[in-house]
Amino acid sequence: MTTVAPRPTGDPRLVPRPRTRRGLAPGRTTARGLLLGPALLVLIWVLGSATGLIDPATLSPPWTVVSTFGDLIADGRLQSNLLSSVQRAALGLLLGIVAGLALALLAGLSRAGEAVVDGPVQIKRAVPTLALIPLMIVWFGIGEEMKVVVIALSVFVPIYINTHAALRGVDARWVELAESVELSRTSFVRRVAVPGALPGFFTGLRLAVTIAWTALVVVEQVNATSGIGYLMTQARNYGQTEIIVAGLVVYAVLGLAGDTTVRAIERRALSWRRTLGS
Amino acid sequence: MAADAGELTGTRTGSAVSTVGLVRGFEGTVVLDGLDLEIAPGEFVALLGRSGSGKSTLLRALADLDDGVAGSGELTVPAERAVVFQDSRLLPWARVLDNVVLGLDGEDARRLGTAALAEVGLAGRERAWPGELSGGEQQRVALARSLVREPRLLLADEPFGALDALTRLRMQDLLLELVERHRPAVLLVTHDVEEAVVLADRVLVLEAGGIASDRRVDLDRPRDPGDPLVVAHRAELRAALGVEQ
Repeated sequence: MTTVAPRPTGDPRLVPRPRTRRGLAPGRTTARGLLLGPALLVLIWVLGSATGLIDPATLSPPWTVVSTFGDLIADGRLQSNLLSSVQRAALGLLLGIVAGLALALLAGLSRAGEAVVDGPVQIKRAVPTLALIPLMIVWFGIGEEMKVVVIALSVFVPIYINTHAALRGVDARWVELAESVELSRTSFVRRVAVPGALPGFFTGLRLAVTIAWTALVVVEQVNATSGIGYLMTQARNYGQTEIIVAGLVVYAVLGLAGDTTVRAIERRALSWRRTLGS
Repeated sequence: MAADAGELTGTRTGSAVSTVGLVRGFEGTVVLDGLDLEIAPGEFVALLGRSGSGKSTLLRALADLDDGVAGSGELTVPAERAVVFQDSRLLPWARVLDNVVLGLDGEDARRLGTAALAEVGLAGRERAWPGELSGGEQQRVALARSLVREPRLLLADEPFGALDALTRLRMQDLLLELVERHRPAVLLVTHDVEEAVVLADRVLVLEAGGIASDRRVDLDRPRDPGDPLVVAHRAELRAALGVEQ
């Protein structure tokens, strides 16, 4: 048995008692915990390359990728291409969120809105984004517009689906409460429907952020003249595996950073929730 | 005439609640069968009845929460009504004070809300989340939310039904205190005969959609549940409900 020194302040009988038994709840998610999985992957990569198990022609070793990053940063290619990628993704994401939210509110709060909006969205959902690209090129050309539109079109679907479902699922008890205190329609939307649907919106947002990067990768392979995808396409033409891997690392970091940011915002916005995962 | 369909027809002088031949039903089954009821201003009425006797249907009709339910008859209730539900029904994403003033606007609302919270013994908890409060405290917030509206009619649907025995006694005292100060007419739906006798001026027993028993309880407050007069009322009400002693 270990003896634990009593804490200097407070009642001396209040000694820290270490946990000896695992509870049934999985416990708090920590930033360190979230990084464990990715860190393990990197470790496997380092060990594989160092022992020669991974052929450098198949996958460049991490140190080559690191020095490639150094070169790319030194000549400014990484910064400029990263900037255009992030701008594209952010703009597409923003437009997609606004459109998805607006449509979800329309369909979630009025029967007529649902009749008009829901069908087309479900149809859009069934069509893969890749299949839309030829049409988007005809409509918007091969420039920035097309890329942003394709990203927005991919993003709005999860936002819409999750927000709409959450709005429809707002508990009838809250509706009854709102009626008993005679809330106006706008107050009901502002105080009850929207906050009640917020958890669903955030689920959609997390999916949307990931999808925005995925769509970005796809559109940047189509006739881009800047961006991380462009950098990688160029590298493929010259067989520069290390730049391709560097590009993948950038995408991975962007995706992870995006998801972490959304989770942080979600935790703040939904601080009233004390659930298993929080 | 709207009143023929059992619509709300505003306030009539003389009584807080008046129903004449009130009928409500679901899918062809009559639940309230031509119910006549008068509640005087400031009168505290407890409503007993077995499950399925129509207690909640009546309360919901008086609260105007039964839109679309089939029925007829005449129903007069004040516009200033407040409802306390069995669950506290606080919005979990709104802080306590925001819950209390839900649906009120104007600069005064927050000041009145803070005062109402102090009245139910929750001063200083304005910024708490409902999830941080105990069941009893949540029901206190629900009481504050109904009082801040200064209702002329307070409708309470088994408000203490989900609380433990000790908390329930405290909440009964609090309710009496608040009702004495604000003087609304009260309709308290309860399944607890003792609660009805200890709190109310008048106890109704609902059966088969009509009032089977209407009993005045003219005893001084506070009432001791062990008082022989309280015990006698309780026994007779239990008999009216068909419950063996």
